[in-house]
Amino acid sequence: MLERIEEIRGEAATAIAAASSSAELEELRVRYLGRKAELTSVLRGIAELPADERGKVGGAANRARQELEALLEASAAQLDASELESRLAGDRVDVTLPGAQPRPLGHAHLIARTTRLIEDVMVGLGYRVMEGPEIEHDYYNFTALNHPPGHPARMLQDTFYVQSHPDVLLRTHTSPVQVRSMESQPPPIFIIVPGKVYRRDSDATHSPMFHQIEGLAIAEGITLADLQGTLLALCRAIFGDEREVRLRPHFFPFTEPSVEVDVSCFQCGGSGSLASGERCNLCKGQGWIEILGAGMVDPNVLGFVESGGYDPERVQGFAFGIGIERVAMLRHAVPDLRRFFDNDVRMLEQFG
Amino acid sequence: MRVPYSWLREYCDPGVAVEEIAERLVMTGTEVERIGGVGPPSGDGFVVGKVISAEQHPNADRLRVCKVDSGDGERTIVCGAPNVAAGQTVAVALPGATMPNGEKLRQAKLRRVVSEGMVLSVSELELGEDADGILVLEDGPAAGTPLAEVLPIAEPVLELEVTPNRVDCLGIWGVAREVHAISAAPLAAEPWSEDAVAEGAGDVSDYASVEVEAPELCPRFTARVFTDLEVGPSPLWLQARLSAAGQRPINNVVDITNYVMLLTAQPLHAFDLDEVPNGALTVRVASAGEKMTTLDGVERSFDAETVLVCDENGASGIAGIMGGQSSEVSAGTTRVLLEVANWDGTNVLRTSRLLGLRSEASSRFEKQLHPALCMRAQRIASRLLVELCGAKLVPGTLDVAAEPPAPPSIGLRAARVEGLLGMAVPQADQSAYLERLGFGVEPDGDDLRVEVPPDRHHDVTREVDLIEEVGRVHGFDRHLPTTLPAVAEKVGGLSREQQLRRRAEDVLRDLGLDQVVGWSFTDPGEGGRLRLPEGDPRAEPVLLANPLSEDQSAMRTSLLGSLLDVASRNLAHDADAVALFESGQVYLNLPPMGRNATHIEGNRPVDPLAGVFVGERAAPFGEPHRLAALASGALVERSWRGGGEPADYFSLKAVLEALAGQLGVGLSFEAAPEPFLHPGRAAAISIAGVPIGWIGEVHPLVCREWDVEAAAGFEIATAALVGAATVGEEAFEDVTTYPAVHQDIAVVVPADVTAVAVHDAVLEGGGELLRSARAFDLYEGEQLGAGRKSLALRLEFRAADRTLTDEEVAGLRDSIVAELEGIGGGLRE
Repeated sequence: MLERIEEIRGEAATAIAAASSSAELEELRVRYLGRKAELTSVLRGIAELPADERGKVGGAANRARQELEALLEASAAQLDASELESRLAGDRVDVTLPGAQPRPLGHAHLIARTTRLIEDVMVGLGYRVMEGPEIEHDYYNFTALNHPPGHPARMLQDTFYVQSHPDVLLRTHTSPVQVRSMESQPPPIFIIVPGKVYRRDSDATHSPMFHQIEGLAIAEGITLADLQGTLLALCRAIFGDEREVRLRPHFFPFTEPSVEVDVSCFQCGGSGSLASGERCNLCKGQGWIEILGAGMVDPNVLGFVESGGYDPERVQGFAFGIGIERVAMLRHAVPDLRRFFDNDVRMLEQFG
Repeated sequence: MRVPYSWLREYCDPGVAVEEIAERLVMTGTEVERIGGVGPPSGDGFVVGKVISAEQHPNADRLRVCKVDSGDGERTIVCGAPNVAAGQTVAVALPGATMPNGEKLRQAKLRRVVSEGMVLSVSELELGEDADGILVLEDGPAAGTPLAEVLPIAEPVLELEVTPNRVDCLGIWGVAREVHAISAAPLAAEPWSEDAVAEGAGDVSDYASVEVEAPELCPRFTARVFTDLEVGPSPLWLQARLSAAGQRPINNVVDITNYVMLLTAQPLHAFDLDEVPNGALTVRVASAGEKMTTLDGVERSFDAETVLVCDENGASGIAGIMGGQSSEVSAGTTRVLLEVANWDGTNVLRTSRLLGLRSEASSRFEKQLHPALCMRAQRIASRLLVELCGAKLVPGTLDVAAEPPAPPSIGLRAARVEGLLGMAVPQADQSAYLERLGFGVEPDGDDLRVEVPPDRHHDVTREVDLIEEVGRVHGFDRHLPTTLPAVAEKVGGLSREQQLRRRAEDVLRDLGLDQVVGWSFTDPGEGGRLRLPEGDPRAEPVLLANPLSEDQSAMRTSLLGSLLDVASRNLAHDADAVALFESGQVYLNLPPMGRNATHIEGNRPVDPLAGVFVGERAAPFGEPHRLAALASGALVERSWRGGGEPADYFSLKAVLEALAGQLGVGLSFEAAPEPFLHPGRAAAISIAGVPIGWIGEVHPLVCREWDVEAAAGFEIATAALVGAATVGEEAFEDVTTYPAVHQDIAVVVPADVTAVAVHDAVLEGGGELLRSARAFDLYEGEQLGAGRKSLALRLEFRAADRTLTDEEVAGLRDSIVAELEGIGGGLRE
């Protein structure tokens, strides 16, 4: 019996060693260790053996079984590894084919992106974002902004009016939201107003529809110097930390004093000439670029909301209006205002 | 406004280079567009010459060969002018001189005679109009004298852009005063301080009369009469000044009126008195349709608000804008009536715009001049007419005027300047600046009392206006501190709605759509092209009264038209596919509505995305914010692995569902037609039963209108989407302690039962333990029999407090089956 066990063990060990696939191994496991295997029946028949043989035969059979199990396991692990290897070898691809197309991301419109840039700077300076209608009452667009009747801007040549509504127009600036906002909350007020505006003009630097951001700050003791500081912070955030601003006196009906604001040229650093010695084409050699209009809110404008707490003897402040397209054109070298509204995908995809 | 620098310096010479004073003008509020010039860029090479001889050219009939002494010897110059003659003093350009057109003069051979220079005419020097060939100078200056010492050549000209409040700076005198204020250089005596001596016969009332029937539109009308004058060309200095200022010289009388206007900003008009019957002028409004031919030869027709200056034969001039042909000063004129009037600026502006006729006069009158300016202009013009035209001034002035307004007097508080500007200006400086600007200044305790001169009446009326004057002369660029508002009550931020709108835009972008900004304008026919029926409010847009063109005359009622425009243009330009979105307003010919498209009344909660804005007056029209997308062609480019399927209903629905998912909004879809959508592939979108927009494939006929092969899109009300958003409000849910049980089921239902009906029945049957049921396969085929379809759903069961047992789940399946039977379905065997 012991010889037979040894014989089975030897035969099985040889077969396991020769097995070349995990399926073959499984077959060997069934043949030598399965329910119907000889070794299994030997173990099952131990009890019927004479008492003095039982220990020897049982021990030998168990050892043989354990050894074969270990051999099977080791061989299976080896075969798994080599099978995986050959399967992977079969999965080989042509790595030079182009990558599969991901779903491409879209692009934010440059106007929207520039608007957010300015909004975020102003929000950081403590401003809230207000909105107002684009089709507006003459009252908010002109009258309450100190444009006397007959003011040139009110003329049909400059302003779009709505048919059959002589006092309704397309707002010519975001400024009407100044008075709307002051009607709805007492000072102090710190707001900005982004949005579309409309003027009857169309060429490379004028579009009948364009975008502005209005700024309004009214409280006690706000000064023109505060306007300069605020615009310096804004211009530096937009055009770089090295920038300076300067205020040039100007005229707008709804601010007094009124100023135009220049930012030092970010291409030539304000020198007016490039490293090559050529005249800077961006600022035309001036060193400064006109960027927006601003001023101290005219007391007449506050007079329209005086009952809401805007007594011009007590509170004062500034307002400014910045053209989004102008900023975007400067920052991204867009040569023609009308390109923004062509929405040519080939242009849209140039900007995030 | 063109300001010849030499003319300016006659009244105030700042004693610095023109570039330097230009820079200070810019920084104190007078915009200098550029420093231009007239004549040659430099006086180098231009000298006075004496013609020694002028002989016929041997080889050319129309040329002369002259010997000219140019100071450095005798030279030969070939000249084509008929009037050149020996003994003349002339202007000579030597080889090397740069001519006004930028060309450098060279020695040249003309018909085999070498010409060593050029004898010049008035127009070649850009000094004025040619009379008869070369310019013949007075005999005085010696040969070789630089020409610039004799004539205003190489003249710098300041080209100013004057703001509308500073009509005074539309006159050289006003600019000189400004230069005086900012430079403190002395200002000459007022040029009107001396009047002409009246040597004419009789009194002005013997010659002329003036009646003003519209005094509110004509605050002042003055007239003087001149006799014995001789019309002819103006002297060279006057021609040169007018030319440099951009005015063409005409004759001495007209030139004088222009010159005085350019000096004082007050326009004048000269009538040939002999063409004014009885010298009688009347100022009145036109009768509607009345006609007259203006000086420019155009017959014009007027409305009943136009103010006319009339004689006994009818209209003779449009007040403040342009005179008429009938009484124009001509070569034979000997008697002149000089009108200097004051008009209502608003009326002049209105009429000028209405007629499309803008003149140097109207551009000044429309900004409202002060009546006091009239006599300044009369006095200067009188002296020039006497001096240059040999005229005799008839004693007296016809002067029809309302009582002039008293000069306003304004207090300027000492603390207020720094209080408003944040920049201290010493009071002595404040006084000095204001006085130099022509204001009268008296101390008033700690403060100042300031009297406003007539030139500035309409511009400076309040303390704040004086503060601006003081501040700008002091120099914002030199002295203004840079500070930030020291206000504590200042909390910045975006509203939740604004943040969510940004998020929605970002999601659409990240799902592969390019953002566009479309025109708010469209053509009124867009509704038709979108197949909208009559009566659909979207087909009745807000129309503009004065559009730039017909195709920009309506306000868009939907973003679809804009998106189709953009898609169409891009597809025509080689794009294979487009995927676009827009975030913007539409404009409805309806009053503003709230978030759920209900009318707003009384106390309006502000909801800007819905078009309900801050302010006491509601917006005139509803202009809700919308989000819309449109895709045509493949959303994902075709590759060797496949892809490239054109965008359809489900591609867009996936985008919309992803957007809604990001915002935490549940959307419902129900088949519903829109005229512009494919009838079988269109749905109404709603949130909790409230409709918020549409989604679908664009109707082939609409696509054809835009020349687009196929497209799919959606448009939703941003306010409703954002208003329903729950993102940011989520609460923690334990999904890890007790595992979920997943089961797939196949449901067979009649073909007309919708997926959402199956979904709802399954959820109903599953109860609260069924957390989700997602359809992942659809089968329609023979095995099921006609009229039936099979939907495969993946179910997820989970309880928050225990692990579900197989028995529990089996029970739930039974009740799901029961619910399905209710809609004519069951589980597939």
